[in-house]
Amino acid sequence: MARESLGARMGEAVAPPPAARAAWLPRAVPRAPGPALAAAVLLVVVALVALTQGAADIPPATVLRILLDRLPMVTIDVTVPATQETIVLDIRLPRVIAAGAVGAALALSGASYQGVFRNPLAGPFLLGVASGAALGAAIAIISPLSTDAYGFGWVPVFAFAGALGTVVLVYLLATGGGGVDSTTLILAGVALSAVFGAATAFILLTGGEQARPIFSFLFGGFNTSNWERIGWAMPYLIVGTVIVAMHARVLNVLQLDEDQASQLGVPVTRTKLIVLAAASLTAATAVAIAGVIGFVGLIVPHAVRLAFGGDHRRLLPLAALFGASFLILVDLLARTMLSPQEVPVGVLTALLGGPFFLWLLRTRRAAPL
Amino acid sequence: MTTMTTLAAGSDRAAAMPSTAPLLAASGIHVELGGQAILRDVEVRVGRGEVVGLVGPNGAGKSTLLRVVTGLLDPSAGEVAIGGDALDALPRRELARRVAVVQQLPEAPATMRVRDLVVLGRHPHLGLLANESRHDFDIAAEAMRRAGCEQFADRELGSLSGGERRRAFIARALAQEAPLLLLDEPTSNLDAHAQVEILELVTELAAGGSGVLLVVHDLTLAAAYCDRVVLLDRGEVVAEGPPSDVVTPEHMQRVYGSGVTVLPHPASGAPVVIPSRLES
Repeated sequence: MARESLGARMGEAVAPPPAARAAWLPRAVPRAPGPALAAAVLLVVVALVALTQGAADIPPATVLRILLDRLPMVTIDVTVPATQETIVLDIRLPRVIAAGAVGAALALSGASYQGVFRNPLAGPFLLGVASGAALGAAIAIISPLSTDAYGFGWVPVFAFAGALGTVVLVYLLATGGGGVDSTTLILAGVALSAVFGAATAFILLTGGEQARPIFSFLFGGFNTSNWERIGWAMPYLIVGTVIVAMHARVLNVLQLDEDQASQLGVPVTRTKLIVLAAASLTAATAVAIAGVIGFVGLIVPHAVRLAFGGDHRRLLPLAALFGASFLILVDLLARTMLSPQEVPVGVLTALLGGPFFLWLLRTRRAAPL
Repeated sequence: MTTMTTLAAGSDRAAAMPSTAPLLAASGIHVELGGQAILRDVEVRVGRGEVVGLVGPNGAGKSTLLRVVTGLLDPSAGEVAIGGDALDALPRRELARRVAVVQQLPEAPATMRVRDLVVLGRHPHLGLLANESRHDFDIAAEAMRRAGCEQFADRELGSLSGGERRRAFIARALAQEAPLLLLDEPTSNLDAHAQVEILELVTELAAGGSGVLLVVHDLTLAAAYCDRVVLLDRGEVVAEGPPSDVVTPEHMQRVYGSGVTVLPHPASGAPVVIPSRLES
């Protein structure tokens, strides 16, 4: 009897109670593909809609035919006027892809900054990264350097240097006593933005005709997007995205304080610097493609976090997908709302994002990271 | 099926550690910060199945010592060995498989759910690109069961009481399957019942083969629950040994002044430390 009860007790101790396991598992795995699939479908639909809209009246069926004809293994015999084909393939498609890529890049980098700084207010725009990149781009544009050295432009290189330099500066300014103070972080970003904005304005005023392209950086948009620009930007975007994605689970651990993360085996400083560098590469490339487009990197990841939770393995891909859809839609709005005149996309996102940011400031205590 | 055993006796990794070596052996620890000596020639050892209490007044150097033995602070002199291997020779991940820490005021997002926090304890066992397996979730579930936070596993950290929050972080530490547990003030700001519950859990873990180093303010609790007590004062070890040898009127007088009285517990005879009015 005694032996039996001892055995029973040991049995109970050795096997985890099944009830605890069953209730735990299904909801613990945050990687159900549903939301990501839905976001991907949404992106395709949004992109197709954007391709059918524009100054030239091309029926959606024709747009579809032009696209399908371009797919490998598909041949469609119906002839389409060459001008229409050019409009869809060489004007609208690169523009939609550029807007999608930039939206995804900004949202992804914003989600990364927010994760690294443990602060839902962090984003490429507020941290001064965008204005740092714009200053870098401005310097490259007026400098005597050839704009296509080594097969790639100096503009993205300088934009990247400006972005990375800014994020390191902001990080150093906000680091004190072992933690990152969020108020100092935002204020440092705002102050650096002001300084860099002034420096860019100075270059703009003294640079003459040569400095004119800087305007397109300050009021970002996609009216100059083309296949060539997408071509050189993609490698940077892919590298940055892959590096950030590799650190998705570690970013979850970094949501604890630095001491805890370190005691859990995370090389904290190194990991943060790697993710910041990758996020800055992504953000800088986005700025180099389209100029300064604010608030996308703030709104999109924050909304995704509110809706789908803070696990970065879900947050990062969803932020990228929704960011792409969002910016394609905003760009569609920018080129159609006052047609034939275009509204700079950066102006629209600021108009949408500014109020959102203020709302966020007011409700932050209720919805922290 | 071995979840319980591994939780109790440390991971199978622990088997790689020499089983005779103490889980923690720190000796000759000197720490100087800003030209001031914070710790002087401090020695602490924690063996398997042992609960060791680190006590002393505010500013005695308890937290500094904890930072040293978890590798967060390099001592100016002295050696720390974890399971027989020098601390600075251990890769960070391996260290996290051997030592689990619960800080006094650990931070985590208020919207993080308890079970998501506990799963983070599996990090030292996962590669950069790996996701948690069924095994990891089972261990996390078992850790929550042991720490008594199953009932609120789905709640957000921001909605927990002080005691529940403490349990959640202890569960996170248990999920690490580390044979050595360091707990910084696990009972502070808790009501008497919650204090006893946490310390009963600590005793249970030690009975299963873990070693526990406990930083405590409450000398009575330390005396009741620790196998050995290390009394620190102004960076030096004043006394070390069984509670009845350390928590004595003489030591208390020396370290805390005349403000405390030591009495034997009416039932157990263990020392009980109570504040006494200075003039009485």
